[in-house]
Amino acid sequence: MKPVRFDYKRPATIDEACGLLVSDDNARILAGGQSLIPMLSMRLSRPSLLVDIAHIPELTSLVETETHIEIGAMVRQANARASAMVKVHLPLLFKALAFVGHPPTRARGTIGGSIAHADPSAEIALVAATLGAEIVYRVGGADEIFDASSFFIGPMLTLAPPAGCLTKLCFTKAPAICGTGFHEVAPRKSDYALASAAAQINAEVGLGVTGIYLGVGSVGDFPEPLDVDGLIGTSLDDAVIGDVVHAAMEAVETVEDLHASAAYRKRVATELAIRALRDARDEISKDLNQ
Amino acid sequence: MNDVTLSINGKAVSAATEPRVTLLDYLRDVAGLKGTHAGCEHGVCGACTVLVDGDPVRSCLMLAVQAEGVDITTIEGIGGLGARAGELGIIQDAFCEAHGLQCGYCTPGMILAAEALLSVNAAPSEHDVREAISGNICRCTGYVQIVEAIMLAAKRLRQRNDTSAPDLTPA
Repeated sequence: MKPVRFDYKRPATIDEACGLLVSDDNARILAGGQSLIPMLSMRLSRPSLLVDIAHIPELTSLVETETHIEIGAMVRQANARASAMVKVHLPLLFKALAFVGHPPTRARGTIGGSIAHADPSAEIALVAATLGAEIVYRVGGADEIFDASSFFIGPMLTLAPPAGCLTKLCFTKAPAICGTGFHEVAPRKSDYALASAAAQINAEVGLGVTGIYLGVGSVGDFPEPLDVDGLIGTSLDDAVIGDVVHAAMEAVETVEDLHASAAYRKRVATELAIRALRDARDEISKDLNQ
Repeated sequence: MNDVTLSINGKAVSAATEPRVTLLDYLRDVAGLKGTHAGCEHGVCGACTVLVDGDPVRSCLMLAVQAEGVDITTIEGIGGLGARAGELGIIQDAFCEAHGLQCGYCTPGMILAAEALLSVNAAPSEHDVREAISGNICRCTGYVQIVEAIMLAAKRLRQRNDTSAPDLTPA
């Protein structure tokens, strides 16, 4: 037994959870616990109260609307990966989930927990930032919505309101013609990535490419979407992709640690971003040339 | 103190516990089941893997209070039960035969990770096996024989009810 002493509450509603967070400013939300519990064990986190949100039914739903997929904060990563809805409508998230931890951590770890924890190498946060998903928090009885592309501001730092409870993530459904790519380099399978990249290309018959999304993770303090709109309307051949990615990566700040230098991270992220975009392009080229 | 009631290897267990007690410590110190090994105790090594409602979970990354009402399987629940108590299960036997263990510290976690895989995938590829044990670290035996043991167990489980073609040679 290594964590410090704390109280434990298991609210049944979101508002009850928010009330508990307001009642104690050293309270923390416990979702899947796959990041928080190690921090408790190492005493890096010393909360006085844990609010376990696993028993709030609203938070475990996966909902399809006409335009969006809404993923409840407590949806387990393994369940999201097994969901046909995610596979069909959120192909980039589906691809990325295979890189998240490993079967035992995915069985407990949640989509919302990964977003709220905001590890710079988290794959789910990278996909959300790349696609500009909506992150919904409940604060004081009202919903507050954040754009995932600007939500992450540092390592384990977000714009999340104090005493707020993340309730769901809303992703725009991918169009019928959509290509995706996801790559990462890690010291071993399921370890923290040293560099990662996510890409999605949306297209329509007759119109061609309508949107291109690219993001890199693990290289800086937070997952970062890159502006590659310049690729729309081009041939998308390897040379053009390479030029645009190199230019977009110039402004990305990369960090250095024991595992990799900043220059290595930038070089690898650039290459992975190029590969991710090529994968996405190759997936739709058949549909577009019909 | 919080009351925690759960089922461990089919038996109901109930005890009051502090919220900071992990499921790992609850299994070892409250339920007295020492087969679940405490390795790193912060979610890196996989030695403490158990099944929670059939899913592989690291018991050091779950608080006992979170396990209220769930169904846990530990290494003690993998072999023969009742009249066959003390007999090895098919996966355990395959680990012995394929030399899938040496010091044995990671073995309970490896076997439960294998059990979780084989319960949903009767004919896994080597890639599937490596993916299933990707969260479990072995520091002496080496993964090659562990993978062979799981492939052998899969083969035997498939042939268990097939009397027409008994084949017990290693996979």
